[in-house]
Amino acid sequence: MRITSALAAAAIVALAAACGSGGGGGSSSSSAPSEPVKINFLSLAWQKESVAANKQLVDEWNKANPTIQVTYVQGSWDNVNDQLVTQFAGGTAPDVIHNDSPALSGFATDGYLLDLKDKLPAELKSDIPQAAWDTVTFDGGKGEQGVYGVPFLQESQVIIANKKLLEASKVRIPTADNPWTWDEFSAAAKTMTKGDAFGVAWPMKSPVNKTLNLALNYGGTFFQTGADGKTTVKVGPEEREVLQRIHDQLYKDKSADPAALGQGTADPLPAFYKGKFALLPAGVFLRQQVAEQAPDGFEWVTLPGPKGTTAQQGAVSQTLSIAQDSKHPDEAMKFIAFFLNGPNQAKLAKGDWLLPTSQSAAADPAMTTQENGWDVATASAKNLVVAPFLKVNGFDEWKSKVATPVLQEFYANKITIDEAAKRLVDEGNKVLERYQR
Amino acid sequence: MRRASQYAALAAYIVFLAFPLVWLLSTALKTPQEMALADPTWIPREPTLANFTDAFGEQDLVGAAVRSLGVALASSVITVLISLPAAYAMARYRGLVNKIAIGWVLVSQVFPFILIIIPLFMILRDLELVNTLPGLVVVHVTFTLPFALWMLQGYVRAVPVELEEAAAVDGATRLRSIIKVVAPLLAPGVVATLLFAFISSWNEFMFALVILQNPDVMTLPLTLVRFTGPEGVARLGPLAAASLMATIPSLIFFAIIQRRLKSGLMAGAVKG
Repeated sequence: MRITSALAAAAIVALAAACGSGGGGGSSSSSAPSEPVKINFLSLAWQKESVAANKQLVDEWNKANPTIQVTYVQGSWDNVNDQLVTQFAGGTAPDVIHNDSPALSGFATDGYLLDLKDKLPAELKSDIPQAAWDTVTFDGGKGEQGVYGVPFLQESQVIIANKKLLEASKVRIPTADNPWTWDEFSAAAKTMTKGDAFGVAWPMKSPVNKTLNLALNYGGTFFQTGADGKTTVKVGPEEREVLQRIHDQLYKDKSADPAALGQGTADPLPAFYKGKFALLPAGVFLRQQVAEQAPDGFEWVTLPGPKGTTAQQGAVSQTLSIAQDSKHPDEAMKFIAFFLNGPNQAKLAKGDWLLPTSQSAAADPAMTTQENGWDVATASAKNLVVAPFLKVNGFDEWKSKVATPVLQEFYANKITIDEAAKRLVDEGNKVLERYQR
Repeated sequence: MRRASQYAALAAYIVFLAFPLVWLLSTALKTPQEMALADPTWIPREPTLANFTDAFGEQDLVGAAVRSLGVALASSVITVLISLPAAYAMARYRGLVNKIAIGWVLVSQVFPFILIIIPLFMILRDLELVNTLPGLVVVHVTFTLPFALWMLQGYVRAVPVELEEAAAVDGATRLRSIIKVVAPLLAPGVVATLLFAFISSWNEFMFALVILQNPDVMTLPLTLVRFTGPEGVARLGPLAAASLMATIPSLIFFAIIQRRLKSGLMAGAVKG
């Protein structure tokens, strides 16, 4: 009998607690005329400095704009698209949405995002170069090109190097103006492979973005659109070049650490600090972890990514969009214009250790200092071009179902480059066909 | 010798079970530099509470834990209250409707999440339960109920129907025989179902992510995931500190309720 009473009491207390702390319905629903407009801002900031910068800017806005109040909602990169699919379908998506540019294409086509083309303030528009705007310009599903987000942070690939091993090898130190060619990079990695230490480590647990972005060094686009408007997968000599070079480092030159192959982006860092390998190709954001974690006395430098026929890399932007169903799109745009002005973009970029798209933010002294490789990282932004895969409807499915397993098998030396190319094309085209009916 | 090997096996099993907790505690007390050592240390060389201050300073972990506890308790109690009479009916009354009901319970478990979430979300929206904790409780109960029902009807079937028949012969009504004879024997099953429902709700992430938008109503799993970034990169120290704290309420709940589980089992043995 006692347990029955206890359970009943617990139920009542729990329900009361649950109901008592329940929120009050929709976010930006009806507000009385005298009440301030309320806007929900879904942010994916997660690093300590970045979260602090986001919150600070939201606070500044709310203090300066009592009639437009922004609620900061923190989301997560891993689940944001599942979350948004449901909330878009239910008509309750946040007004302002932080995401990355590859995710916008599908949402734009489905009519969930507002075309910002005619809403962008002139100052914001001119401060961000056209190359960055191209990453967020998509077909809105009716054949017209619209702008479905404001790009504000970009990632490039650099090489993080163990300074002591680099200098001891006597290889030429590459600069932003004169990066290594892939041949020089391979030669340097071979030179630095001594005893138990390897020249380079390629963490390839998620190999697609890294491979596709670097493939642009040789003009590898992986997708082509024919005269009939249909997009198909293409794996020709240009696309094979970087794949083969990385494979050669692993199995021909044996200058790449095989232990890193199955690891995620940050997993090889402990071995890097221990001198198990000298060079770590990585996104610019990884510098934050190195700066925070590197043991005392460990010296590291940031080198530009290698160069093929060009130094071009695929650009992926972090973006702020406005939901089509937002009841306050104009107020949301005003907030975005404030949030992404030059000085604020510089703060956000510093917090996330990424590159700002804004030209005035890129000129901020903090973005060009030699400390922690900011000068090299910022300079690499000039090589970023729109990644062709951004425009491909069905890319996400091709990436997860076809490209990821195929590239993992290829880099693990389980299949040849010919088999990999055939599967990427054959299986990939079947996926893309469904999106183009 | 045999006793010694039994103790050794038991100790090994305890170490195995305790490993995640020990690892969490060790990581939560390490500096970023120590966390990134290629040769991990078990005992932090320079223990620090910075990860705890970061985690608690940046996120409302206590508030989130209280809300999670409320949702998990409400969900588990409501689940048991609904599933108990239904489970009794399923176990005792055989017929076509009963078979269809059991079949439906099993089929309901195979629907993929993504198939259900959008229509469910729209229903909740129409009921104005989106962005509320009662809405989340409704969802958790809905999803825990089929398995709880399945669990409980197994426990009811394990109680010999002859005991109820004997009570009836002694003049007890059906309700009285259920309360006085069946209910005490079902106690361990009820407790096990309660634990299952509590843990399911306590750990649930995806529905909470979709339903709750207001930062003031977010539950603990939503708060923990804020320490992770793209491509599996995480702020390991604050995440470990926050996760360690997140295990405490469920540990306390288990500690309280496991006594009832044991006493219930013994009661069943005597009556049986």
